[in-house]
Amino acid sequence: MTAPILSVRNLTTAFRTEDGWREVVRNIGFDIRAGETVAVVGESGSGKSVTSLSIMRLLDPHQSRISGQVLVNGRNLLDLTEGQMQDVRGNEIAMIFQEPMTSLNPAYTVGRQIAEVLTRHKGMDRAQARTAAIAIMERVRIPNPDRRFDQYPHEFSGGMRQRVMIAMALAARPKLLIADEPTTALDVTIQGQILDLIKELQAEYGMAVLFITHDMGVVAEIADRTVVMFRGDQVETGTTDHIFRRADHPYSRALLAAVPALGAMEGQAQPLRFPRVDMASGAIAPLPPMARPVDRSVPPLLSVQNLVTRFDVKAGLLNRPVSAVHAVEGVSFDLWAGETLALVGESGCGKSTTGRSIMRLVEPRGGAITLQGQDVLALKGAPMQAMRRDIQMIFQDPFSSLNPRMTVGQAVAEPLVKHGIARGKAARARAGELLEQVGLSPAMMDRYPHEFSGGQRQRVAIARVLGLEPKLIVADESVSALDVSIKAQVCNLLMDLQERLGISFLFISHDMAVVERISHRVAVMYLGEIVEIGSREAVFGNPQHPYTQKLIAAVPVPDPDRRLLRRNTPIDELKSPVRPLDYQPPKREWREVGQDHLVMV
Amino acid sequence: MHIFIAKRLLVAIPTLLLVSIFVFFLQKLLPGDPVMALAGEERDPVVLAELRERYGFNDPLPVQYVRWVVAAAQGDLGISLRTGQPVLELIAQKLPVTIQLAIMALAIAFCLGVPAGIYAAVRKRRFADHAVNFLALASLSIPNFWLGIMLILLVSVNLQWLPASGYVSPWENLGLSLKTMIMPAVVLGTGLSATLLRHTRSSMMGVLKSDYIRTARAKGLSGRTVVLGHAFRNAVLPVITLTALLFGELLAGAVLTEQIFTIPGFGKLIVDAVFTRDYAVVQGVVLCTATGFILLNLVADVLYVLLNPRLRSQL
Repeated sequence: MTAPILSVRNLTTAFRTEDGWREVVRNIGFDIRAGETVAVVGESGSGKSVTSLSIMRLLDPHQSRISGQVLVNGRNLLDLTEGQMQDVRGNEIAMIFQEPMTSLNPAYTVGRQIAEVLTRHKGMDRAQARTAAIAIMERVRIPNPDRRFDQYPHEFSGGMRQRVMIAMALAARPKLLIADEPTTALDVTIQGQILDLIKELQAEYGMAVLFITHDMGVVAEIADRTVVMFRGDQVETGTTDHIFRRADHPYSRALLAAVPALGAMEGQAQPLRFPRVDMASGAIAPLPPMARPVDRSVPPLLSVQNLVTRFDVKAGLLNRPVSAVHAVEGVSFDLWAGETLALVGESGCGKSTTGRSIMRLVEPRGGAITLQGQDVLALKGAPMQAMRRDIQMIFQDPFSSLNPRMTVGQAVAEPLVKHGIARGKAARARAGELLEQVGLSPAMMDRYPHEFSGGQRQRVAIARVLGLEPKLIVADESVSALDVSIKAQVCNLLMDLQERLGISFLFISHDMAVVERISHRVAVMYLGEIVEIGSREAVFGNPQHPYTQKLIAAVPVPDPDRRLLRRNTPIDELKSPVRPLDYQPPKREWREVGQDHLVMV
Repeated sequence: MHIFIAKRLLVAIPTLLLVSIFVFFLQKLLPGDPVMALAGEERDPVVLAELRERYGFNDPLPVQYVRWVVAAAQGDLGISLRTGQPVLELIAQKLPVTIQLAIMALAIAFCLGVPAGIYAAVRKRRFADHAVNFLALASLSIPNFWLGIMLILLVSVNLQWLPASGYVSPWENLGLSLKTMIMPAVVLGTGLSATLLRHTRSSMMGVLKSDYIRTARAKGLSGRTVVLGHAFRNAVLPVITLTALLFGELLAGAVLTEQIFTIPGFGKLIVDAVFTRDYAVVQGVVLCTATGFILLNLVADVLYVLLNPRLRSQL
């Protein structure tokens, strides 16, 4: 057996807080050998990112204290001076990060940023570095590297930026690559491509990879061995196979059980609640499926016909529109009372704009929207306000959508007061009831949003919209930012509310596994258009459109047997929905595959 | 780029018109009669009426305004009621003096404020940061006139190192020119340097927290390259806009500073003109200042776009 590239021993990191030093990571230890991938997995706050930043010594030395040993080639990195450490970073150990959109310096060309590594560590001059950087850009399959060398980060898509990050990290041929949630911010099809690329480069360079992630599906696909972390402690370490099949620690089992797995809903007619998992003991209690059937014999609650929303792209001396972003193009669907319709697709496909157009937060250019027989696009004044009461929206980021200077009680009571439903004491009492309905204690009313966790804040956001007794809730990526266990709880809450109150959901999400669990029907969007729509069983069980198939195939499945999987999907840059002004959208034809299952031809 | 500049210049025209209307009518609202100031000891109503007629003060205000604006657009800002010199000539005489003062003050402010701001941001919440912030607050709190007088007392009267007042053109004698101007420039520059410092510091602190700075450090770049190469390039953008906006403050400060050091500049010109109700000069000076302010902001915007690739590609 070869000596490990990296040995971490008793790594403990503490942060300076107002009450003294607080340990956020305790006694972490693991080895990584050449060519091996070790995943560190855990929920937010588990200390997995702090672990990786401690290894790289990228934490502010005045705010943090690292002890233990980080051995690379027999040297303890924690004993090196900052100057010696700079020779290690980017040279022996390289790192890529979660946010490709913000991880590149916007002021410099990507080529310069890659070449910088080579001039810094390999002593190349600018011309040599340019040639070498273009070669590595080609290696990570950035098309036209010669030309793209001189482009700026904002001219690259998210997936391409992550390729740039990988090129930058691998330029100096490091022995160890630390990848901190490198695919979390990416679309699922792009995620598959990036995972492929990392595996491929690892095999070619024989480097070790430390892969930080919260996604068990990704772990199963990439890791040889896995470290499970929980609140700063390393609770279990073992081969990925062992962790997935015979985990010893209850938390590892709980984490796995909470993962929504695509394909788990076969043969299930109704949306199914996630099982209740006790994260401490790992005990799993299945919950019943939704009992309330959707009555489709009555007219639908919401009917959308040929919805078109475009945004002008303006330029020139007089700011005239020169082209238009066709964000939503000819979208039609019906949504019945008590039903959940999921809009799925990748970023930029127009799913959020569809939701916002229905509420008229953006004005559609054409089409018809009917809510309970009322023409939504013709509404003005008071009826418009009433419509906005009937359709409510919850967003992805519950922190930025709650006013930080308002207590949670005030936030929940505000819409009641604004719409004249209740005021003063009555509004406060109702706010308490609403908080109770979403599983929070009314005693929390006088606290501020920052005192709540992400999941609790999302519950507050839900309580806030429930007060208006909406008929339809547009949930725009409402559970996407939450940890797996919290995600399951919030999804269950939405299902409970639907069962009890008969609310309809337009569930906008890119997360196929959650969509499969929660929705009655599914519409797949691509470049502003619905390419396939049908019942959940039909779309997941018998996907017909090539894009739907691609989307489903790209979802990582938490099954360690898929570790050697290579998707080999072709790399295409995101197609653009920007069209010239005189563009005539092609006439679309639909094919009926089964009952209620339509596919664009 | 050309379209961008053309657009901005087109927008400047209505702004300037608004400024001209404002200046013209506001001045007419002020108490006092320019003819009285002109006539001096003369109180003969016939002479006064004749003067009034000659300078067009009997026409309706809108007529007076249009006449003035049309002439101004052709480069004729009228004639000083007091000295009889063309206003443009007066401005051309005094402007270079104030520009020299402004450039020297800005240079001092930049050289003090920006590096200190960077340093404070890097040493966030440690002793150096607190010390720099204390100094900045102190220099913001000390009034210009007090600092000016104290410097004159110390440097000129007691130590006799530098002249206390006067002006020498740099074309005549560069050394002496700098020597006479350095003290006023320091007085004017310290207050501005504190403003620049505070903004550089907060802008820099924001940038240092960003993901791409972490990336730069993860690449193994030295602290110096990270801070000066990667962070400053992004942090300087808002500072550029601020500097253009500070120009107004600079001019207001120049009025006072020129009084203290008796420098025959723009500030002194405008103060004298206001006291003697020299309408044409006041109007001309304000219009000229507004034009300068607008042009400077245009330059700042162009620089901003040039330094920001995201905006550059949108042009």
